[in-house]
Amino acid sequence: MVGFWILAPIMVLCALGILFVRKAVHAALLLAVVMICLAFLYAGLDAPFLFAVQIIVYTGAILMLFLFVLMLVGVDASDSLVETIRGQRVVATIGGVGLGMVLVIGLGQISLGTAVGLDDANSGGNMQAIANILFSRYVFGFEVTSALLITAAVGAMVLAHRERLTPKDTQRSLAAQRVQDFSEKGTHLGPLPPPGVYARHNAVDTPALLPDGTAAESSVSRVLAARGTVRSAPATADAVAEIETQLGWAPHAGRDAAPPATTTEEAPATGGQETGGHA
Amino acid sequence: MNITAYVVLSAILFTIGCVGVLTRRNAIVVFMCVELMLNASNLALVAFAKQHGNLDGQVAAFFVMVVAAAEVVVGLAIIMTIFRTRRSASVDDASLLKY
Amino acid sequence: MFAFHEGGAVPVVDPTSADGVFSLLWLVIALPLAGAAILLIGGRLTDKWGHLLATLLPIGSFGIALAMFVGVLGRDDSDRQVSQHLYTWFETGHLNVGMDLLYDPLSALFLLLITGVGSLIHVYSIGYMAHDPRRRRFFAYLNLFLAAMLMLVLSENYLGLFLGWEGVGLASYLLIGFWQHKPSAAAAAKKAFVINRVGDMGLSLAIMLFFITFGSTSFTVISAGAGDASDTTVTILGLLLLLGACGKSAQFPLQAWLLDAMEGPTPVSALIHAATMVTAGVYLIVRSNFIFELAPHAQTVVVVVAVISILWGAWIGCAKDDIKKALAGSTMSQIGYMMLGAGLGVAGYAFAIFHLLTHGFFKANMFLGAGSVMHGMDDDVDMRHYGAVRKAMPVTYLTFAMGYLAIIGFPGFSGFWSKDKIIETALADNWIVGLCALLGAGVTGFYMTRLMLLTFFTEKRWEKDVHPHESPSVMTVPLIVLAALSVLGGVMLAGDWIVDFLSPVTGVAPHEDPPIPALAVTVIAVAVVAVGVALAWFLVGKRDVPREAPQDVSWVTKAGRNEVYGNLINDTLVVNPGRHLTTALMATDKYAVDGTLTGGPVAIGAVASVARRLQNGYVRSYAFSVLAGGLIVLLALLVVNAA
Repeated sequence: MVGFWILAPIMVLCALGILFVRKAVHAALLLAVVMICLAFLYAGLDAPFLFAVQIIVYTGAILMLFLFVLMLVGVDASDSLVETIRGQRVVATIGGVGLGMVLVIGLGQISLGTAVGLDDANSGGNMQAIANILFSRYVFGFEVTSALLITAAVGAMVLAHRERLTPKDTQRSLAAQRVQDFSEKGTHLGPLPPPGVYARHNAVDTPALLPDGTAAESSVSRVLAARGTVRSAPATADAVAEIETQLGWAPHAGRDAAPPATTTEEAPATGGQETGGHA
Repeated sequence: MNITAYVVLSAILFTIGCVGVLTRRNAIVVFMCVELMLNASNLALVAFAKQHGNLDGQVAAFFVMVVAAAEVVVGLAIIMTIFRTRRSASVDDASLLKY
Repeated sequence: MFAFHEGGAVPVVDPTSADGVFSLLWLVIALPLAGAAILLIGGRLTDKWGHLLATLLPIGSFGIALAMFVGVLGRDDSDRQVSQHLYTWFETGHLNVGMDLLYDPLSALFLLLITGVGSLIHVYSIGYMAHDPRRRRFFAYLNLFLAAMLMLVLSENYLGLFLGWEGVGLASYLLIGFWQHKPSAAAAAKKAFVINRVGDMGLSLAIMLFFITFGSTSFTVISAGAGDASDTTVTILGLLLLLGACGKSAQFPLQAWLLDAMEGPTPVSALIHAATMVTAGVYLIVRSNFIFELAPHAQTVVVVVAVISILWGAWIGCAKDDIKKALAGSTMSQIGYMMLGAGLGVAGYAFAIFHLLTHGFFKANMFLGAGSVMHGMDDDVDMRHYGAVRKAMPVTYLTFAMGYLAIIGFPGFSGFWSKDKIIETALADNWIVGLCALLGAGVTGFYMTRLMLLTFFTEKRWEKDVHPHESPSVMTVPLIVLAALSVLGGVMLAGDWIVDFLSPVTGVAPHEDPPIPALAVTVIAVAVVAVGVALAWFLVGKRDVPREAPQDVSWVTKAGRNEVYGNLINDTLVVNPGRHLTTALMATDKYAVDGTLTGGPVAIGAVASVARRLQNGYVRSYAFSVLAGGLIVLLALLVVNAA
């Protein structure tokens, strides 16, 4: 019982935390704590098989499934604080407190007495005993469960399946599209330049330079451009030089050739907001 | 040994799960709260197995876990589908089926 | 071989089977009916020759009628009722109605009048309707009318009579509204139809009562069994028949439709609304003499109605400037004389029919003459726009004058004989009624002289662009024939021929010495008429007639122009209360009935519109409902356990 009294407050606190944290990821982690604590309670209740299943299946598989979906939906997604349904929180609180009180009062009115204990039932080993019951008295339910799981798997596949509305792009069709784009819009035929080409740095957030010295926007990932983390090459060079100076390294000879502030790389075409660098 | 404390804990966890379902709007968190309620009932089942000295309660808890697994698979697939079409995982956004 | 009721003078209808020329009886009806069918079904195919066919067929009917008339003259008095069974019309329960025709002296005279005058008017219509684009339809309707009218007078039972009765009502409706493009014509047709429905209600109720009382609608059965019916039943029957007669014959209080009916083409006014259809009421009463003879109270009502109608119609005739409406008022008044005769019982039936025949001649003559005048005056009907037409239309003038002399009762002319006899009989019956009839005769002299003067004499008042001209001979020949009949119609009374001829139907009046000698009555009547004529001469002939009707006139004239407020009375007593009743019923239906029926659903809908807000679409609200429900169950369990 000592273990129970240690674990119980933790579980209640974590469960309450699920109610109040804003990020779904945190809720999932708190739920994991509750479940692992529960597993230990099972162990204390002479249910070693369920202890294992709780950790492996529940915490290990189901909760991880939750986390997968959270990743797909967006880890950052969090509830807004504004309640859309008027009075829902108050009503829910009253209902919850009422339910808890009714349950506790109901329990208080009965006395369960001393538990019989599972020593007899588990005498031949818990897992063997459960298997014995499962494949005798509950064998029909067990078989039906298999049908349920198959149905669930098929259902999940059907729901997750996306119907392809257009034929899949082949290499040939993609090549034809590129040539067509070139003829109609003058799109560059060849591969995109990698970042940092002709620049002093080849970091992925630093655009390549064109022969005339301007930045090639297409050389950095659209995601980085959208986030605004693209830096101009001179800014990066300055930052690197400053760090090297601070570290007491000798500046690299070849990199001092161009004057830092007057290069055409200052062109605003990079569009990126300068994070941490100084012009 | 008295299992009353376990059952009370189970009731408290169940109530918290209930309130969570009622208050949280992120469908995934709502689902987690449902899982919490299922786990709370599992705890009560296992505790009563101890009380009565047979393993039927544990087997029932085992079945609940299986059902919960199946439910999570389908439920999460539904949430995915909804999110894919509406770009939102809020249960309040899916409220067109009304008066 | 006719029997009499015990104590009554009216013979029982007891016909023999038709043979010889009488077996053609059905053809009299069938010919015009076939004409109507051919013209209506044949459509435009018959446009070119349809009117000629439609004229020939009634002439054929007239020929048959004439042959049968000759045939019946050759028989004994006791053998002059002939019936022909065509087929069983319908048989249901105890009611067995045959399509039976009855030819007796009464039908014989009607047959001659209807087919004869009808044929003349068909001939006249060939000229009158020559330029109407819907001429074929007009003739089809005229033939339909003739068939229905012949059915009316030939049927051996009341149901067949009712068939013809409704048929002439339909034909009248169609022909009054023949110029349907005129809203006034359409409204007049509807008015005639609706007012006739009131009368038809009386007739149909009478037929039902006949069936209940006698188990049959046949004249033979009813006339034989009438003596066994109770006085009350017979009186009710008489009053119901009178109601029917009033509707069809435009007698008070159902007279309002007749003047509006003048919206129809003039041949229609002559045939239907002067000579034949409007006299159907008189026929009905004379035909039902076996009822009326047993119902003296009903007879009294007939006389009262007749007297009111005589004066009412004459009053209207004095004030109207519309030539057709003045003649229509005169028609109402003259039919009043016939009703008076019919109401006087056995002594008067024959004279009622006699006046009916002579009136059929001279009124048809005058209506057609008026049509001829209108034809020459560009369809103007206002007499104040006429004047001195006699020079332009000599034939019309002369024939019209014959009719005029006949109607005012100029000695020797047909109207003189027939009207004089009715006045004489009325005076013998009741001196007040007789005086009223005399007064009516005087007023007749006044208004007819006024009409004559305004139209054919005084100075000419027509517009410059109107050129009165004589009508074509196809129109004037019927006028001449009718004028001759108007003059010579009186020969039927020679030696009391018509009274004897009709006696198998009407019975023989016991001979009584009149309180005033017949010659004295005649002299007085002629004197009264002379006063009326002189009054008209001094009031109309000697003065200038304004083209526009003066408005500052006495209330008597105003009342006459407004048809003695017949329409106002109808509106006040029937139409407006009916309208209010309908409005009230509609309001009741809308608010009370519909309100009760729809109130429940509306209330449920109102509750639902509030309650549906619970379905807000939020899963979490529904989840709370689940929680609350579970909580309530738990609490209930606790309470039960605690108890």
